[in-house]
Amino acid sequence: MNDLRTIVSVADESEEIFINTDNDDSERSGPTSTRSESTTVFGFLAIATFVPLVFFGLLVAEPHSEQQESVKLMFIHLPSVLVTYVSFFCTLVCSILYLTKKSKFWDLLAGASAEIGVLFCGILLLSGSLWGKPTWGVYWQWDPRLTSTAVMFVMYLGYLAVRRMDIAAEAKSRRAAVLGIVSFLNVLIVHYSIDWWRGLHQGRTFESSEIKIEGWYLFSLMFGMLFFSFVAIWMVIHKFRILWLEYQLERMDLELAINERRSEVNDLDSSIDADEEELLFGGGS
Amino acid sequence: MVRIVKEATLMIRDALLIAKKDVRVEISSRVIFGQVLPFSLLILILFGLAISSDLIVTGDAKRTVLEQVSPGLFWLAIVFSSLFAVNRSFKIESDNGNLDALRMAGIDPAAIFLGKALAISLLIFILDLFVGALAVVIFNASIIDFSILGVTVFAATISISMSGTLYAGITAGSRSKDTLMPLLLLPTMAPMLLIATRSTEAALFSEDQTGWGWPMLLSVLAFLYTGIGMLSFGALMEES
Repeated sequence: MNDLRTIVSVADESEEIFINTDNDDSERSGPTSTRSESTTVFGFLAIATFVPLVFFGLLVAEPHSEQQESVKLMFIHLPSVLVTYVSFFCTLVCSILYLTKKSKFWDLLAGASAEIGVLFCGILLLSGSLWGKPTWGVYWQWDPRLTSTAVMFVMYLGYLAVRRMDIAAEAKSRRAAVLGIVSFLNVLIVHYSIDWWRGLHQGRTFESSEIKIEGWYLFSLMFGMLFFSFVAIWMVIHKFRILWLEYQLERMDLELAINERRSEVNDLDSSIDADEEELLFGGGS
Repeated sequence: MVRIVKEATLMIRDALLIAKKDVRVEISSRVIFGQVLPFSLLILILFGLAISSDLIVTGDAKRTVLEQVSPGLFWLAIVFSSLFAVNRSFKIESDNGNLDALRMAGIDPAAIFLGKALAISLLIFILDLFVGALAVVIFNASIIDFSILGVTVFAATISISMSGTLYAGITAGSRSKDTLMPLLLLPTMAPMLLIATRSTEAALFSEDQTGWGWPMLLSVLAFLYTGIGMLSFGALMEES
């Protein structure tokens, strides 16, 4: 609460308004800056896992007999798959919770995790096609997994665009929540339909190029998973706090505007009263 | 039980009223038939110019590239035209705050959804007939199985209009809706486009023995989108 006031007092004259109109305490007691104890912890954990990831992944792990150095893209690619799916699943759960509980917290968390999900989905597609060029000879294959990931990427870009729509905040949150649920269903529909399409026509592309993940590969991959998870959690917390502060700022602006209008009306009232007195009593003497 | 039946009949009556209103608006304004239909026919002709007419061999059959890909081209033309149809359908509502009026009249959001979607379905269905007729002529396609084709066209049209209405509902009232709605709708239509194309191939090409699998899957999809739309439209319309 005290921290919030220091932030608030930075904005001119708004401290008074903030205190005067403080009628909803539960909505107020949120983060006040994007840094917190948990982000410090996750930040250090991320650094602590990054060093062994680089060391074991780039220096210790041997190049693959067929895929050479490109096999090491796996340490980026597979963790981004994990982070992407967990983020979008988190958006789904938060959207459902927003619609049932109507708390802004879930709405903002859904938005934050979707944004991080889109980022890692981009990394996933990029690292995948960089790996595909030396391995398959092409950047892109019409494989079910690739195709449905690309469609999913665009779908969640659309979700983020809906979160920036220019309509009333509450309506926007509700529509975003509906979209968060529907998008996840759509990802499933897209995945299975494309899977079946390829299942009827040709075998999976991946099966032929499967490599055994063991030894140093597995060890480095583990650090990759940990590093990406910690970075993603760190990012989601920061993003959530940015969204929360933006939300508080919007509310403050609204209250400021309302109070200004109110004081304008009061001034107007008192000046009208004075005029009326003058009229009625002939301006005194 | 009696109450549920009564509510359901009331909802269907409201939905039909809204659909009838939309069709009437179209009859008097002729935006779909005057502008969107020529647009979709034009797309088909442009496809013909963009894609080579060389002969290719698939299995035992030998046909032109254009004929081979004609099912996909037909559905692409329909998908693009349907964007305009959906946009138009919600433009006549949101321009005068009509959606709010419908809600304030106490109409079930599911009925609004169903009514809008039914009107769009009817219009897209007529587009299907015209565009399909032109596609058969200019792409030199021959229809082998009319029943598969019929079910495909019906189910695909329903899926397009149901998902279109849902996404138009999500973006309604926003200034950026004209660009946002296609961004949301097109990736959603990807599975529909894929299945409808396979399904149409099954109806057109004799060597394609996939039969009723694809049309059935498409029907499931149509049901799915109808359900999702009716369930979620309440949450979408609650506020606006």
